[in-house]
Parts: sequence; structure tokens; C-alpha cells
Amino acid sequence: MTSDQTEAFVAFDRVQKSYDGEVLVVKDLNLHIGRGEFLTMLGPSGSGKTTCLMMLAGFETATHGEITLDGKPINNIPPHKRGIGMVFQNYALFPHMTVGENLSFPLEVRGMGKSDREGKIKRALDMVQMGDFINRRPAQLSGGQQQRIALARALVFEPELVLMDEPLGALDKQLRETLQFEITNLAHELGITTVYVTHDQTEALTMSDRVAVFDDGRIQQLAAPDTLYEEPQNSFVAQFIGENNTLQGTVSKMAGDMCEVTLEDGSVIDAVPVNVSAVGEKTQVSIRPERVEMDRSRLADDAHTLKAEVKEFVYMGDIYRTRLSVAGTEDFIIKTRNAPDQRRLKPGESIEIGWRPQDCRALDA
Amino acid sequence: MSDATQDGPVLAADGRPLKRSLARALRAQKLRALMLIAPLLIFILVTFIAPIVDMLFRSVENQIVSETLPRTVVALDEWDPSDLPEDDVYAALALDFYAATERRQHTRLGSRLNYETTGMSSLFRKTGRGVDDIGEIYTDQFVDLNEQWEDPLFWLPLVSDTGWLASRPAEGEDRPLSLFRIDAEFGASFPRAAEAYEVFARTIQETDGDDPAEEEPWHLVYAALYHDLMAIHDSGEGAEGLGRFDGPVFVAALEAVPGFETQSYRDAFEDIDEDWLDLEVWGTIEAFSDPFTAGYFLSSVDLQLTPQGIEAQPEDQRLYLLLFWRTLFMSGVITISCILLGYPIAYLLSNLPTRTSNLLLILVLLPFWTSLLVRTSAWKVLLQQQGVINDILVWIGLVADDSRLALINNQTGTIIAMTHILLPFMILPMFSVMKTIPPSYVRAAKSLGATNFTAFRRVYFPQSIPGIGAGCILVFILAIGYYITPELVGGRTGTFISNRIAFHISSSLNWGLAAALGSILLAVVLVLYWLYDRIVGIDNVKLG
Repeated sequence: MTSDQTEAFVAFDRVQKSYDGEVLVVKDLNLHIGRGEFLTMLGPSGSGKTTCLMMLAGFETATHGEITLDGKPINNIPPHKRGIGMVFQNYALFPHMTVGENLSFPLEVRGMGKSDREGKIKRALDMVQMGDFINRRPAQLSGGQQQRIALARALVFEPELVLMDEPLGALDKQLRETLQFEITNLAHELGITTVYVTHDQTEALTMSDRVAVFDDGRIQQLAAPDTLYEEPQNSFVAQFIGENNTLQGTVSKMAGDMCEVTLEDGSVIDAVPVNVSAVGEKTQVSIRPERVEMDRSRLADDAHTLKAEVKEFVYMGDIYRTRLSVAGTEDFIIKTRNAPDQRRLKPGESIEIGWRPQDCRALDA
Repeated sequence: MSDATQDGPVLAADGRPLKRSLARALRAQKLRALMLIAPLLIFILVTFIAPIVDMLFRSVENQIVSETLPRTVVALDEWDPSDLPEDDVYAALALDFYAATERRQHTRLGSRLNYETTGMSSLFRKTGRGVDDIGEIYTDQFVDLNEQWEDPLFWLPLVSDTGWLASRPAEGEDRPLSLFRIDAEFGASFPRAAEAYEVFARTIQETDGDDPAEEEPWHLVYAALYHDLMAIHDSGEGAEGLGRFDGPVFVAALEAVPGFETQSYRDAFEDIDEDWLDLEVWGTIEAFSDPFTAGYFLSSVDLQLTPQGIEAQPEDQRLYLLLFWRTLFMSGVITISCILLGYPIAYLLSNLPTRTSNLLLILVLLPFWTSLLVRTSAWKVLLQQQGVINDILVWIGLVADDSRLALINNQTGTIIAMTHILLPFMILPMFSVMKTIPPSYVRAAKSLGATNFTAFRRVYFPQSIPGIGAGCILVFILAIGYYITPELVGGRTGTFISNRIAFHISSSLNWGLAAALGSILLAVVLVLYWLYDRIVGIDNVKLG
């Protein structure tokens, strides 16, 4: 955790949530978000991330625990007094109002004068490059344009905290990438704290300062994107973030910060012990496809290697994706860059693969 | 694929214009579609559109006067309404009336004109009994002169067209007699008598199937002949004026007529009923002599057509404007009550979990499964002075026993019962519209700083308006034409215009007035619909 509790802007403290009194949707959530931070809640559907967002917004009440905003507990403050900007999944632009009226709404309910309002609306629309659309109705806008307006509406009353609930879910890939970039830039420029909910891991990795990976009502790992990708703390995170190869085995030797794992077919590999502590423990070893080496000369002399057989070769433009049969696993993937000197493997070919021990992590079984 | 040529229509691959090819390709499809809807279309045309058109037509149709009294209507063209008509108008009336009496149509016309002026019905019935005596005085004098005048067979060869005479079936021949035709020369010499005889001959032929060869002419024929002979006499032409008919019988008659005892047609009618000297009677006949009339519509808005033009009805006979106003007003009150009662229910239904809301929706629909009569009668039990509600109020002590509330047989009763009956028509469209409003809109409004009330007023309510609009149209239009409930619980002050229409259809049998009232009601609804479209916009109406 990068920020300690005293300077946390938003804090979840032992928060639990249950809808029916039988199942906990959120189990013991502790999360501190620093001022100006862009934090993403990432997880599969049903993992509790949206519930957390709704509790923060005030639309759901925590069953247990406390949520504080800027040091003040907000459990009993109704949503309209929390001053939190929110962008909804389906934009939730009021269909009977023009773009200008939609943006004017939060300012009007705050009793702001007409001239002040106009200035702020114009600035907010310019911010999202939608200045010309002030008199359109939401139905006359494309999805991307509606999303921009929804963003402008959440920002127009200058909240310190903005919540976004899968705001780009309904857009096509290209538009999503453009808007990811714009939203991140805008959030950092304005210095607002952002809590972003998504189930798209690429989005989470590219946009956030920190990512909280949710599963089963708990945060599985809270870390910066690079840490999350390269040093997953458990096999769920390793599987969920990016593509991942797993091999089942037993720890056969512990040597300080390294260990040896004996796979099911008897071959031995090196790994970093993460969730294992003793010889004889079952483990699941995780290696990223792009970290697998086929060139013996690039590995250390004493590195363990494995025999592999090529099953399938897929040309994907910028990379080659090759499926191998390794140590009894049929779907071991390696990715190689499409470089001029790169060899294209053929199905049936036998090769030898290996990796740097620090790229291979022995996780929970 | 074919492209547009430089300056011609786009052609299909076989060189025909593409548009025609397309039309041909679609024709079979359209024909099939048309055949599929044909049964319903024909059913609607026959059972719905046609009766409505017929009813609308009845509201202006008025051919009965000109059909029953054709000659009188023509003769009245030159009448000066400030004075009694000339004697020839009375003569025309006598002939028309006699024919109408023979055809038994005079009472129908009497009741029709009675809608406009009371007393017409009895006048016509009385006249029907006396009209056959008009002109008897002349018959007697002609017969005194020569008994041949009494003989049908003396008349027949004189007045009949030779062609018609020749076509008469011979003795014992079983062949229908063709319709009588008058001899042109007789008509030229004796126009009045020719007309009268023709009416006589044709009427007896058509009504009883009698042969003019066997029937004595009506007295009116003799009266007409007298007037014709007098005209010849007065012209001074003498026997010359008789033309072909200068036989001794005619010459003798011509010489005798100046000495005849006379009676004017007007006096004859006066003898039957003095009302025939009443200008109002003639004004009414004249005013309604056109084949089409605005009279029913004028009556519908408390006006009347008089010989002096359009006037307001007398104060004590005004009824319909009040009824129209009351119908509109009460329908409005019912609609508003339905909105006030239905909106919260629809809101609740649309925000509950589907299982619960479906159950409650069944409760909303439950009234549809019980008979309208049962529901209305139930209200009678509840609302009457000794009824459940009054009993409870008295028991609680809110109302004294001797001043129980009058909740039924007045406007209150109609409004309460009809609000109850029409409520589902308000709730269902509101519910279906509210169900489509995502909860995220209200959440968004709250997150933007709106209180619950502001979020409802500025975000939720505007989006539910299409449902309210649809409900309003349904309820208002149903209410405006409602009949059974006001009839049962409305008493005297809580009835609608439709009750009056029903009265004219089934009791007073004044279908023309009923049609006019119905047409006005239809027009009012259409105008309101148009206004609604202008103000709210019909696109904003959603039924689901």
C-alpha cells in the first residue's frame, strides 16, 4: 500500500455487505485511496466491485464497517450530499434534456446563478471537446459522444472524487482506447481522485495508478499495474491478469529466495517461491508466455530446461503465438516477437524451452 | 445490376424500368397481405364504419318532408312567411296530404315535425282523418249536373294516355296493370285536374293495387276540375278553351261552374283544424322542407330553426349544452382522480421485484374480471344513504345520523364509481412506461446533488409523462362516452350526454337528434385529440 491511513482520501475500513443476510457479497474490505489517485477495481462479474462503488456513492449501505471520505464517515450521508461525481455504465444522460441542460442540472440543484453556470458548462464541454453539441439531445449523439457528455456532467460541479462504473463497456475497441487515454489525462490534469470499475484488465492496466483485483468479495491484490502483472500474489491474479501458463508440481527444494519444483512428469524447474514455504507442498507455477526462451544460449548455463513439442503455430501480425505440449500440458503458450530473424516453428517440431528463474513464480495450488 | 442511363430511369436486367419490375415483384406480396387482412377489414367496414357513417348521415338527413309533401314544398318556395300562404299552397297540401294519408305516411311526418314544434303530430293525425272530405262540395255539384261524372269509366278514356289504355290487360287476362299515365292533351287543357287525377290513379294503384277503371275519383279531382273550368271561363275563350274535350258534358259543366257553390282549400283546412291558419305551422314545414337540415345539430346545442332564422331555445328547454359541459367537466375530474390515485400505484408496481409486482398487477386487473354491472351495483350498496360508508361515518361520529351524506344518484356517485372502473386504464399504460425508466437516471440525479424530491420532479416525472398522456387519453375518451355507470348511479345531476343519446335512440326514437349529439361528441373528442397532439405531442404517448 503506497499511502498510509492518515493521508487516505477515501477509506474502506472492515466493510462488509450482504443483500440477503445469508451471503456476504463484500467480505472484510480494507482499502485506502490517496488524494488524486486513479484506482481501478478490477474483477469478474459478481466479485463485489460494483457493490463497493455503490456503497461509496451512497446507493447501498454497508452492512458492517465504515467508509470515510476526507476523514469524515459517510455511512449516514445521503448520496446527494456526498458531492461525488459519477459516470454510469449506460451513461444515464437525461433523455428529456439537452446536453446543456444535463450539465446545468448539478449546478442548478446547487443553486448556482445562470452566468456562473454557463461559464462552467462551456468549460466542461470544451474539456471533453464537445463544445458544439450543447443544444443536442442525448439521443442524437453517438455512444462515444454520450460518454464524453456523461463525463463532463460528472465533472462540471468540480467534485474531488469521481466514480466510474464500467463507463466504456458499450463502446467499440478503438473508441475505448481513445477515451481511456482521455479520461486518464483529464483525471490527472484536474487532480481529482478517481475510482474506476471495470472487468477489462487491459483497461485497468493502462489507466490506473493502482489496481485492486477483486474476487469472491475480497481484494486479491492491490498494486500498481506493472507489479500486478509481473508479480502476481496468487494464482487467481496471475490467471486473471494477462495470459499465463501454469504447470502443476511439488516443491522439491527450498534454497533461500529460490526453489525447485518437480513437475508431474518428473522434470525439474526453477521458480521464485511466493505462496510456498516448505518442501513437499503442492504448487502451481506461473510463467508469462512472452518470458519463455527457446534459445539455450540466452539462458544461464545451469538453468533447467524442458522438452516441448510444437502443436500449433498462429501468426498474429506483431507476434507469433505458438502452442506447445510441455510436461503433460497441452496448452502451454509462448509468444515471440515478429522480428526479421525470428524463426517460425512448425507443428510436430521438437524444441527445448527454459526461462529465467525470477520469471517463474510458484503460487498456491 | 444495372446503372442509371444518362437520361432515363434505372433499368432492370431485362430492360424494363426498375421501378416497374420492383412493383411487379412486390405486387404478389401486397396482394397476399391484403387478403390476410381482408376478413377483418370487411368486418370493420360492415359493422363499424358503415353504421357510423349512416348515423352521421342521419344527423342531417331530412328527406321526409320533401318526399311526403313534394308539391307543397315547391308551392311554398314563393311564400312570404309574414302572411298565410295562398290558396294554391293549400291546394297542393290537400293533394299531398291525401296521397300521404292513403300511403299512411302522414303520422310519420307528424312525429318528425313534432320534434321541432309541439302539436304537429296531433294536427297531422287529425288532418289525416278529415282530408278526404275536402272538395266533396264540388263532386256533388258535378254529379247533380250529370251523373256520368260519377262513373270511373267515363273518366278513364278521357284522361288516360292512349298508349297506357292500349296496354291495359283484356278481360280475364292475368297480367299486372302498368302505372297510370295521363293524357298530354288533357293535361294541357286541365292542368290541375290532370295532376290530381294522376296522383289519385297512381296512389290507389300503388297502395291497394286498385284499378282506376273501378274507383270513383277523389273529391280533390272534382275540385281541381272546377278550378280549371273556372280558369277557362275567366279567360273568356268559351268552348274553344276546352280543346279536344268539347263534348256536351264538358260544355254544360263549363257553363254551369260560375254558378257553383264554392269553398276555398284554406277554409276546408280551417274546418279540419284551426291550426292550419297558424303561421308557426307553416314556418315549421317551410323551415324543414330542405332534404338536408341543420335542425338536429341546432337542437343539440340548444338552438332552434324558426321561420325567422336561428334562435336560442326557450330557457326552460335548454339542456344539451349543460349536458355537454357536464360530460366534459366530469370526465376531466375523473381523469384527474385517476392520475392522482393511479400514479403512486404504477410507481410502486414498477419499482417492486417482478414477482411481487406481477401479483399486485393481478389485483389491478381483477376488476376487469367482474361484470361492470356488479361493480357499479356494489357502489350503490356502499354509497347509498343507508349504505356502508354512511353507516361507518355515522358510527365514527363524523356525520350526524340525520344528515347522512348524499354520495349516490348525483355527480359524486358518478365520479367515484367511474374513477374506480376506469382506474386500470390509467395504471396500465403508466406502469408500462415507468417500467422502462432505468433506475440509473434517478441515481445519476442524486449523485449530481439532487434531493429525492428534485430527482423525482426533474428526472423521473418528465420521463413518465408519456404514460400519463396515454392513460389520460384512454380514460378521458372512455369516460366521455360512458353510459351504464352514470345511468345507474348518476341520478338526475350525474348523467352524461350519452344517457341522453340512449334516450333518443331507444325511447323518444328521435334518431336524427341522437345522431347529431353523437356526431358532436365525436367531433369534440377529435378536437381534444388534436389539441392534445399539438400540446403534448402524440409521439409522446406510449402504451407499452
